[in-house]
Amino acid sequence: MKTGSRLEKVLEKGAFAVTSECGPPRGADPDVIREKGKLLEGVVDAVNITDCQTSVVRMSSLSACLILKEMGFDPILQMVTRDRNRIAIQSDVLGAAALGINNILCLSGDHQRFGDHPQAKNVYDIDSIQLIMTVKKMRDEKKFLNDQEMTKAPVLFIGAAENPFADPLEIRALRLAKKAAAGVEFIQTQCIFNLDRFAEWMREVVDMGLHEKVAILAGVTPLKSVGMGKYMKSQVPGMDVPDAVIERLKGVPKEKQGAEGIKICIETIQRLREMKGVRGVHIMAIEWEEKVSEIAKGADLLPRPKV
Amino acid sequence: MIVAQAKPIEDIVTMIDRYDKIILAGCKACVAVCAAGGEKEVGILASAITLARKRDGRAIEIREVTLERQCDPEYVEQIRGFAGDYQAVLSIACGVGVQYMAEHYKTIPALPGLNTSFMGGSLEQGVWSERCQGCGQCILHLTGGICPVTRCSKSLFNGPCGGSSKGKCEVSPEMECGWQLIIDRLKALGEFENRFTELFPIKDWSTSRDGGQRKITREDMKA
Repeated sequence: MKTGSRLEKVLEKGAFAVTSECGPPRGADPDVIREKGKLLEGVVDAVNITDCQTSVVRMSSLSACLILKEMGFDPILQMVTRDRNRIAIQSDVLGAAALGINNILCLSGDHQRFGDHPQAKNVYDIDSIQLIMTVKKMRDEKKFLNDQEMTKAPVLFIGAAENPFADPLEIRALRLAKKAAAGVEFIQTQCIFNLDRFAEWMREVVDMGLHEKVAILAGVTPLKSVGMGKYMKSQVPGMDVPDAVIERLKGVPKEKQGAEGIKICIETIQRLREMKGVRGVHIMAIEWEEKVSEIAKGADLLPRPKV
Repeated sequence: MIVAQAKPIEDIVTMIDRYDKIILAGCKACVAVCAAGGEKEVGILASAITLARKRDGRAIEIREVTLERQCDPEYVEQIRGFAGDYQAVLSIACGVGVQYMAEHYKTIPALPGLNTSFMGGSLEQGVWSERCQGCGQCILHLTGGICPVTRCSKSLFNGPCGGSSKGKCEVSPEMECGWQLIIDRLKALGEFENRFTELFPIKDWSTSRDGGQRKITREDMKA
């Protein structure tokens, strides 16, 4: 399937892809997105726009996608099934395609219990794998979920997330197989700090031949401090931060921990790049977007290929 | 059973503030089993209300009754003879019972003394847990007898999300991950390979509450 996606083109060319993400503001100011965008210019092939991540109300992903699109980016529309039923989902998919968005990332979304509106009712009409099925059906069969034909199909490059570190570990590659069977074309993983565990998952993925069906972009996050490492280890569900990583940060003075975190991140990318089946990297510099370019440069990922 | 729990006494006292003659109606069905609205709870609540009103310096007359079931017209009708002598019915049945009271006694306010919580069962003395959401299309034969709609916080159909940790759900460390339970059970049954790997189709929720208020008519049973 040929979409207008720059990410798809980079992957097809066989280049090691680079994506990053941009969290929309908790307000109506478009300049926040533009400023974050500027930090990523020339550094990434595509940029994810989160969809009310951690269930906190923010500017909609689609709106922020459009702002970045106007700047010349190839945005990846993140869409969670927490807040929309199949009517709203299909409607938004059509709208995104009509506005020239080329990529979608299908997610279930963080439970609203974690967010700023824990009183909200959630939807979960469909799950993330069923969202992949939905977008694929719309694109490839030109049909809605009710089997009715549509006038023009939304041509989107279909992605999803996978967390190799969540329990039960033994089903994580199988779950990727389900996503592949549902029609996913690229995967961005949860932040990788435990390279051994990731390598183990990747071996399973390769053994199942999934790396040939799905482009796997390995997720990385630079740690700013020992505190952030500890927080991610203990407070973020499904996050695996080995003690050795925290110890390494502890080994440097506080003011140098950020630099050390970036160093760890770059080394991680270098090791990931050597792993069979890893087709790119997804750099999630949480509220630290200004460091993405330094990381990409340090990991020898620049300049990005022209496609 | 339908599991419910008592509303805080202050809320109940506020709710009945303008009445001084009420019927307090319990139910011998589910809410009696979960110790929220049976005969014993009627007695306890009546004493608590009387005490609270006494502190306020205002007497209240409470007629205590506990019906066989409040979800059946024939039992709800049992208070017909004296209902008109009272200003309100405080029902400590489930939400069905309160509404049956309202439907049968058109001019008497029906007030809820409980918060009806879920369909579930008891785990141990004093602990109840949800099991069913009444989606109207049971799939338990496909999921090892454990319901993903109820037991997974996101009602996912295709396996656990990335928030499953050591068998617990990301929503709370006290909550089990429904999908961990399903996977363990499918394995124990030797059904994991074929069940888990299959893509679960998108669910038709029209048999659930999403199709509007539901009604079942059994022609074979109609008089």
